[in-house]
Amino acid sequence: MFAFIVRRVIAGVIMLIVMSLVTFLLFFASPVDPAQFACGKNCSPAIKEQTRKALGYQKPAVEQWKDFMVGIFKGRDYPDDPALRKAAPQLVAHCPAPCFGYSVLNSKTVNEEIKRAFPITLSLAVFALILWLLGGVALGCIAALTKGSFIDRGLVGISLVLYAFPTFFIGLILLKFVSIKWGLWDKPEYTSIADGGVFSWLSNLFLPAVTLAVVFMAAYVRMTRAFVLEAMSEDYIRTANAKGLSKGRVLVKHTLRGALTPIVTMAGLDFAGLLAGAIITEYVFNFNGLGKLVVDANRTYDLPTIIGTVVLAATFVIVANIVVDLLYAVIDPRVRVA
Amino acid sequence: MTLPATDLETHAAPPVEGEATVTKVVGRSPMQLAIMRFRKDKLSMIAFAVVAIYFLGALAAPFLVHFGVLDPNTPHNTGKDNLLDEFTLPKGSWGGISWHHWLGVEPGIGRDVLSRVWYGVTFSLVIALSATIITVGLGAIFGIIAGASRGLVDSAIGRLIDLILSFPQTLMLLALSPLFIAILTDKLHVPDGDKANGLYVILILGFFGWPYVARIVRGQVLSIREREFIEAAKLMGASRMRLYFKEILPNLWAPLLVSFTITMPTYISAEAALNYLGVGIKPPTPTLGNVLTGSINYSQNDFFFFFFPAFLIMVIVVSFNLLGDGLRDALDPKGHR
Repeated sequence: MFAFIVRRVIAGVIMLIVMSLVTFLLFFASPVDPAQFACGKNCSPAIKEQTRKALGYQKPAVEQWKDFMVGIFKGRDYPDDPALRKAAPQLVAHCPAPCFGYSVLNSKTVNEEIKRAFPITLSLAVFALILWLLGGVALGCIAALTKGSFIDRGLVGISLVLYAFPTFFIGLILLKFVSIKWGLWDKPEYTSIADGGVFSWLSNLFLPAVTLAVVFMAAYVRMTRAFVLEAMSEDYIRTANAKGLSKGRVLVKHTLRGALTPIVTMAGLDFAGLLAGAIITEYVFNFNGLGKLVVDANRTYDLPTIIGTVVLAATFVIVANIVVDLLYAVIDPRVRVA
Repeated sequence: MTLPATDLETHAAPPVEGEATVTKVVGRSPMQLAIMRFRKDKLSMIAFAVVAIYFLGALAAPFLVHFGVLDPNTPHNTGKDNLLDEFTLPKGSWGGISWHHWLGVEPGIGRDVLSRVWYGVTFSLVIALSATIITVGLGAIFGIIAGASRGLVDSAIGRLIDLILSFPQTLMLLALSPLFIAILTDKLHVPDGDKANGLYVILILGFFGWPYVARIVRGQVLSIREREFIEAAKLMGASRMRLYFKEILPNLWAPLLVSFTITMPTYISAEAALNYLGVGIKPPTPTLGNVLTGSINYSQNDFFFFFFPAFLIMVIVVSFNLLGDGLRDALDPKGHR
């Protein structure tokens, strides 16, 4: 087991390094001059040159990647020029470790931007995860128990239809009709727990979380349904029923136990993907999370912010893969032997 | 579709002795059996019909536009032909539905909604279909190579798949767009505008999509490569290329067909979502995505105009998914819904 963890973590670290290198190669393979974007539309050549130097854009991509990696462990100065720092320290921005970059456009470190945006994205992702897991597993069980009936077909059908509408359409319906036109729910605007208390935090997150949950739920309904149906024909379920256990106990303790592994796997990876920012949902509801941060950064072509977020997001996915693999061993005793 | 001769087994039931009534014993290929199973499934047949209409409609639109039956570009907002009221909303109820404009006219400048949506279906089909072909093609090639060759090549492709899947996809599609559109126009001399934007969406969806298909294909190849006919081909000195593409590939058509039908709808949605975020073909060329995006501002005043493109996308996506399920059930009788 220990060897397995070590092996998995080493592979993950290698993957992280390769991933960040590939990110740099991708973003600097283009004929577009990133410095052109870095200071807006009316950029004088002198300022352009200055930004280029400050962000290190004149160096080849691999060099920049090296600087970035050093920045993560040691922190960086923008521009990285000891002479200038001595002469005029106010012109040099320091970005402490772990440094994900410096956005000249916003004159902020990317860390500061991420730190501001991340709690919003995290709250949204956690709330949505809870909604779609509860909803998906419960509806999947109901569908399986009423197999072939009207209820079963209705549940599977509705979840598929909701999944098939474009995400932003569902979000816009909830925002523009449910909230604004019919006034059934206050227009969501993110308020942190510190600002408005738990209740206001939850109620503002509700509509965006529902939007996300609706998109993800269909897959969970179908998977739960399939696994419960498969398990119900197994001998151990018949045994559990025969020895007189209550129906609920058989369902939760025996039937769903088998479905836990694939559900945890899928949920872990979906959740990690969401931590990169639920781009469309955040954009619809105007939540300033990571997704909105990237959309905005993309509009102004704020390369350091984009690269910082991409690297962070990919890190989540790689870490989640490792965690899911480890959870496997915890949930499923058979894996421990292997 | 034809099956390779190696796979044609006839499942003739053994004659039962002493049976009075003579039941005719018919030999059926697995393909025929699959088609029979599929035909019995009503829901899948409906889904199949919708998908067929979708393809035919998309194919017909350019001709209809050419001959003037559909007219996605003429505004109706001036003079005698003015179909809009003083708020530039369509006159009449239900978004100005009339004999000439079956789905009404667009608020703003009054173009025909049916024409725009119908022609938009064609453009989103071109994008989704090309991207799906790239996805399934690359997925098949990499999947076969990974599955058929053991060791280093297999694990290298496995790591490559992990790497691509670790990137946040929507974010990459969004962030890479200015860069790669610049490469397409500057270096590869693709004309700016619709062609470059569309090509970018196709290529990038294909690039980030193939790993999913490759994983499925690899799994299938792992079992195929142990079969006798592969052994036989190897003993006869078949080249690696022949082994991959003449022996293994024809046995993969079933999973590839299913992959195709479940990838296609995700790309139709993706085109719409990307358009909402500002990536992809821009108006006046209509796509399902940009017609829907363009209707957002009118969602409260002209709900029908907002709802219809989204509803159409939903119907297409649901149909493809049901078709995919039906095909999977028909092709793999062991799996049950």
